[in-house]
Amino acid sequence: MTQARQLQSLDMMVNMGPQHPSTHGVFRMVLWLDGEEVVDVEPHIGYLHRGSEKLAEDELYPQIITLFDRMDYVGNFNSELAFCMAVEKLMSVEVPERPQYLRIILCELNRISSHMLFYGTMGLDAGAMTPVMFGFRERERIQRLFEATSGARMMHNYFRIGGIKEEPPPDFKQRVAGVLGELDAGIDQCDKLLTYNEVYLMRTKDVGRISGKEALELGLTGPSLRASGVPYDVRVYEPYSLYNRFQFDIPVGNNGDVWDRYAVRVAEMRESVKIIRQALEQMPDGGPLVAQGVRRIPRPPKGETYLATESPRGELGVFIVSDGGDKPYRLKVRPPSFVNLQSLRPMLRNSYVADAVMILGSLDIILGEVDR
Amino acid sequence: MSWLGVFAIIGGVVALMVFAGVLGMFTFVGRDPGDAALAPPEADDGPGRLLVLMTTLGGGGMMAIAAVVIVLGGLDALIVAGGLLALFAFLSVVVLALTYMERKVLGRVQQRLGPMRVGPWGLLQPIADAIKLITKEDITPSWVDKGVYWLAPVAFFIPTFLIWLVIPFASGWVIRDLDLGLLYIIAFSVLAIAGLFMAGWGSANKYGFLGSLRAIAQLISYEIPIIVVALTIAMLTGSLNLSSIVEAQGSVPYIALQPFGFVLFLIGGLAEIGRTPFDIYHAESEVMGGPFVEYSGAHWAIFYLAEYVNTFLVGVLVALLFLSGWVGPVLPGVLWFFIKVFAVVTVIFWFRGTFPRLRIDQLMALGWKALIPLAFVNFVLTAFAVFYHWPGWTMTLMGLGLLLAFGYLVNARFTAPGRRPTVRMIPAKELRGA
Repeated sequence: MTQARQLQSLDMMVNMGPQHPSTHGVFRMVLWLDGEEVVDVEPHIGYLHRGSEKLAEDELYPQIITLFDRMDYVGNFNSELAFCMAVEKLMSVEVPERPQYLRIILCELNRISSHMLFYGTMGLDAGAMTPVMFGFRERERIQRLFEATSGARMMHNYFRIGGIKEEPPPDFKQRVAGVLGELDAGIDQCDKLLTYNEVYLMRTKDVGRISGKEALELGLTGPSLRASGVPYDVRVYEPYSLYNRFQFDIPVGNNGDVWDRYAVRVAEMRESVKIIRQALEQMPDGGPLVAQGVRRIPRPPKGETYLATESPRGELGVFIVSDGGDKPYRLKVRPPSFVNLQSLRPMLRNSYVADAVMILGSLDIILGEVDR
Repeated sequence: MSWLGVFAIIGGVVALMVFAGVLGMFTFVGRDPGDAALAPPEADDGPGRLLVLMTTLGGGGMMAIAAVVIVLGGLDALIVAGGLLALFAFLSVVVLALTYMERKVLGRVQQRLGPMRVGPWGLLQPIADAIKLITKEDITPSWVDKGVYWLAPVAFFIPTFLIWLVIPFASGWVIRDLDLGLLYIIAFSVLAIAGLFMAGWGSANKYGFLGSLRAIAQLISYEIPIIVVALTIAMLTGSLNLSSIVEAQGSVPYIALQPFGFVLFLIGGLAEIGRTPFDIYHAESEVMGGPFVEYSGAHWAIFYLAEYVNTFLVGVLVALLFLSGWVGPVLPGVLWFFIKVFAVVTVIFWFRGTFPRLRIDQLMALGWKALIPLAFVNFVLTAFAVFYHWPGWTMTLMGLGLLLAFGYLVNARFTAPGRRPTVRMIPAKELRGA
């Protein structure tokens, strides 16, 4: 050992993941640490790669819905919706109102359940045990409703090109209204537990800051972008489905730090409840569930299309190239988690190890969607 | 005679530490934990798990007891040794009760039931857990430094265990009623840090290493406010003897005279035992259990035991120093003592259900910039009150004033209306027009 080696202070390289409790799946961060401070980070992905996009080229259009279920496995309905609407756009299909409302109700419920999972894991990352229990309690109400509607708790396969699979249970409206009542109280309780907790504020305020300009340059979308002060929401800017008919607010953060990304999501849950209430009121009681003239195995005309939706994590876009056959020629997904992950490095520099966990958690990535 | 006993015990533990340290030095010179992982694993499957348990528990305990016996000899030594054995049995039962209690309290906080399956109301759950832990495979990774790795649980457990030698459970219910009891406790609680560092260093794991460095920083800084508060109490009593501290309190517990000291001691105690919101050195979401990350089975069980014994110790010390120990009406003293201790411990468990965890730099800032200066202010004010014989309520007022100032500072820094962050709500209608 030379004299120089003894005096040199070396950065410690730490592999955080793929088997680490706070990487939210099989994600690996290579951290270079100077003591407790993060000098640099290199994210590694691909541990959950299943080749969904390539698989889709060899599947019939209705079969691809199941692949989308498995992409964002926390916001399944939102994934299904993006694909179904993209194909509908390609085929210029007009979907009847009733299935449109049902889709919106289910997607917004799914947004709440996804944000509730975020709320719980955020608490866990910060070291609090109780939020995850509260979050899952609220999720469970929604999951039961999903199970009653689609028959599955996660991989629903409920949306169809041109509509939905089958009639929801007869007491669907009452059940949703009941769940909404419980959610109101539940969201308030979750909010009270964590949002303005002094220790939580210490851990999240001014941590992992990113300006609106920088966030736009990195392609951030969804709550993570809105936390930086940019009120961009696909539901409002490029309204799809029936989102133009609802009155709701877009929560926007002021600092772009971890706390804002958290609080924007909590506020969004309340807005989703508002949207569902309006949708329940406006939804017609009867009517067709699938658009007229859509064949069981659709063959969209030759052409290509891109359609963006607002998933719980951001702009979820689907690009389809059709050669007129019953399988897409090429399918490309713009997964919000994957794009949002790009901002990890600028956010993490010069933060602490403990912050690394919080910042990654605040981006709310789903590895199924990152790797596809 | 009791003095000799103290020296014997300290000597035994220090010898153990030095032995372990030297062992570590020889093996680890010029070797860093990262490179060790790359070395080819040696073909060595280590001793059987029961053997490991016996060597760690038995060997460690024997060494300490032998040291006492050798130095003292005779009846007195036997009493101490017997007392230690009885204490060990007692503390094991207490730890079992604490794990059950913690899970029930957390369940209550989190709107669930907690353990319910093993035995009525899940009462046998801790026993099932204990059996599971002991019979579990004790994995020794091939790259660890075996000597340091195996001694670490012992080096952590023995000091925390020996503290109980001077703890009175009721009037006269004490193995050694030392006049320097409080000093002895503080000295031994510092010794336990060596065990944590040995665990982190010996397991040659980066997370473990990071965790043990955190532990050293955290435990050493939070000793200071604890010592200053303990000095304040000693000043009020004029003694470091725990029994006389309780007797001096009588029916007016020191929490009435030292409300701020109580809060400081509780915060410092929480940091000292690494419990939420200060569980930084074994934060699961960051360093995955810190120094204990490589341990499993019986070895891990010893750490676990020591951690819970420490939690209980904080409850006991708060009860002794601030809640007038076993003094209380109607019920027998021991019962009062345990009621008070378990009340404090419940609060500690309740914190675990409520608070997130601080970051290490914030922990250090809180310790050095807030707790230590405030502890000294409290000390000086109390000194004035004691020296000039001011009536008791002046001390109460000063303590409450400091407490209010502390609360105001925290509020002004984080949650005051001007400081608290908010979210703007932009109606979708406005954006659609744009």
